[in-house]
Amino acid sequence: MRPLLYLSTAVIVMALAFWAYRENYATQAALRELANLQDEIAGLREDIAMQRAEWAYLNRPARLKELATVNFDRLMLLPLEPEQLADGKSAAMPVPPGPATAADGGTLVITGAANTSGETGGTAGKARKSDDVTADPTDKAFP
Amino acid sequence: MIRTPLRPLALILDARAKGENPDVIERENLRLRHEAMRDKAKSRADSRLKLLVVVVIATFVVIGVRMGTLAATEPVEPRASVHGTEILASRADIVDRQGRVLATNMLTHSLYAQPRDMVDPARAAAELARIFPDLDAATLERRFTDGRSFLWIRKVMSPEQMQAVHDIGDPGLYFGPREMRLYPNGTLAAHVLGGASFGAEGVDSAEIIGTAGLEKAEDARLRDPALAGQPLQLSLDLTVQATVEDLLASGMKMMNAKGAAAILMEARTGEILALASLPDFDPNDRPPLPTSGQPSDSPLFNRAVQGVYELGSTFKIFAAAQAMELGLVGPDSLVEASAPMRWGKFTIREFQDHNYGPQATVSDIIAKSSNVGAAHLALMIGGERQRAFLTAMGLLDAPKVELVEAPGAKALIPDRWSDIVTITAGYGHGIASSPLNLAAAYATIANGGVKVTPTLLHGLARAPGPRLLSEKVAADAVAMMRRVVTEGTATLADVAGYEVAGKTGTAEKPKKGGGYDSDKVINTFACVFPASNPKYVLIVTLDEPVETSGPEPRRTAGWTAVPVAAEMIRRVAPLLGLKPAPAGANDGPKTPFE
Repeated sequence: MRPLLYLSTAVIVMALAFWAYRENYATQAALRELANLQDEIAGLREDIAMQRAEWAYLNRPARLKELATVNFDRLMLLPLEPEQLADGKSAAMPVPPGPATAADGGTLVITGAANTSGETGGTAGKARKSDDVTADPTDKAFP
Repeated sequence: MIRTPLRPLALILDARAKGENPDVIERENLRLRHEAMRDKAKSRADSRLKLLVVVVIATFVVIGVRMGTLAATEPVEPRASVHGTEILASRADIVDRQGRVLATNMLTHSLYAQPRDMVDPARAAAELARIFPDLDAATLERRFTDGRSFLWIRKVMSPEQMQAVHDIGDPGLYFGPREMRLYPNGTLAAHVLGGASFGAEGVDSAEIIGTAGLEKAEDARLRDPALAGQPLQLSLDLTVQATVEDLLASGMKMMNAKGAAAILMEARTGEILALASLPDFDPNDRPPLPTSGQPSDSPLFNRAVQGVYELGSTFKIFAAAQAMELGLVGPDSLVEASAPMRWGKFTIREFQDHNYGPQATVSDIIAKSSNVGAAHLALMIGGERQRAFLTAMGLLDAPKVELVEAPGAKALIPDRWSDIVTITAGYGHGIASSPLNLAAAYATIANGGVKVTPTLLHGLARAPGPRLLSEKVAADAVAMMRRVVTEGTATLADVAGYEVAGKTGTAEKPKKGGGYDSDKVINTFACVFPASNPKYVLIVTLDEPVETSGPEPRRTAGWTAVPVAAEMIRRVAPLLGLKPAPAGANDGPKTPFE
């Protein structure tokens, strides 16, 4: 019995030693990989910072102005003028072609026939929701 | 263990038989037992002491060895943790209110030499002088060969220059990584940003320190390692700032001025949207401080903040507002205004010797810019109250803003606030203040009378200031300034749809020997817009402008600063998202905004 115990103890010790050896090297490998990754991250961050600086440099107002002047015949860019801003109500909105659909929301009355909301009777041809008239892209651009 | 009896029967009997005292035996046995016990205790204590000594020595050895290894090994970052990669920049970026970069860091390299490792110092010196034209080959060679072991050659250089140095191939030339401050927009907002340079320098890195402007004033915040990843957000708007600078530059050129300044501020918050001063400089390559001539002529001089000028008639609105606040007059009260007015040995005249008297309403005094009327208003208020009010408005202090130059720009006020000072201060003469102070004071009026403190930082949570004027008085003051634009001295500023309300100011510059120079003036236009719901304050100041399109040169603000300001408002207001009021809206109820 006793030799068997000694033998098994020796085997277990060797196995543990082998396991510890492997773990040690695995840990070291993981640490090296981590270090490499961190170096890579640091490098990439440096690159991002450089790209941001470059982006800011290329988009500096003086250069954009120059580019707008040089490319005027193609882009026709001019400084923003007050006349380009207006209240939605003052714009003459074109009447959209075709009947409006229930998907626009609200109580809609569609030419003569179908009544989608079930509240008002469809009698007098085309009617549009008043909000549609005042909707204006400039309002959205400057909330 | 078998316990030895103290009185063994055999020995006792034996002793009794011999007629001896058996107690002796007992005592002897007791002694032996005690000795045995003592020996045992002694040996145990002995072994315990030894153990203790071993433990103590072992502990000290462990600590000593650990200290030794720590001292002997190279310090390493704890690489197993993922933290620490977040922060790379040593100095936080500066961005505008929309997050666009105004100042950032860039990795570059410094160049240094260790002459002992050099193979051919003469050739290296010649090659370096070829790459960097500002270096002198002979000086460099002398430095390489005078026995020193270390020498800085360049603090920063471009990648192309680095490659060229690399191609020299001398082993004594070394590169050190280094971050440098970069202002990608060049001269834009130069006076706000100020500039940065290197502090303590090592071969592996160098600290960046702010040298002027915001970089220096906020140096602690920008260098704080805990906030390094978080950019500092300014209230400036890049587009607005660029537009203001552009228009100010062309205005300055057109009006033949030698300098100009403009401030655009949000009236509610005091946040500065644009602050420009011309001439300007490139903070990437900050020029050295001037060693001769007037410091105020240097491009480094921030006219908008550091420039302390007599701001002229722009001050009249303060006299009018205070008189109304005190209940002395209303907008339509008649005030003495017959010119010229004599006070002791002084004579107060109107511009071009007009006479708006004998009496004029307060509103007319502002609209026509009557010096005499403003003087009478000031006298009604009295010197003490006037001084207290101007101080409360912040006009008699150095401007408070996050620029290192600001505390130095103290307002110039006479030592004694005599009656003549009261009179001249009523129309903005005799005391000099910074345009930024003027902007803050106008913002206070535009903000319904609640004091506004200027700031360059976006989104600060600040307690509202004290109320200096009632809402009614503030509204009346704005209405008076609106009249200045619709029918007074600043009609060129009537930008359609933006209801500009403002006040012009023309102040002659003091001569060196005393008195004033009529050919050299400071023109200021201070305005708020839109008048029905003031949101922005704009100050435009031109230094020695002269408008020469007419038959004779014109030097009043109405002809110089006002058209420049008008063009600014026309261009900037759309950028701020301000819709022009439809024509004729001024007559109706005040609604078109918001």
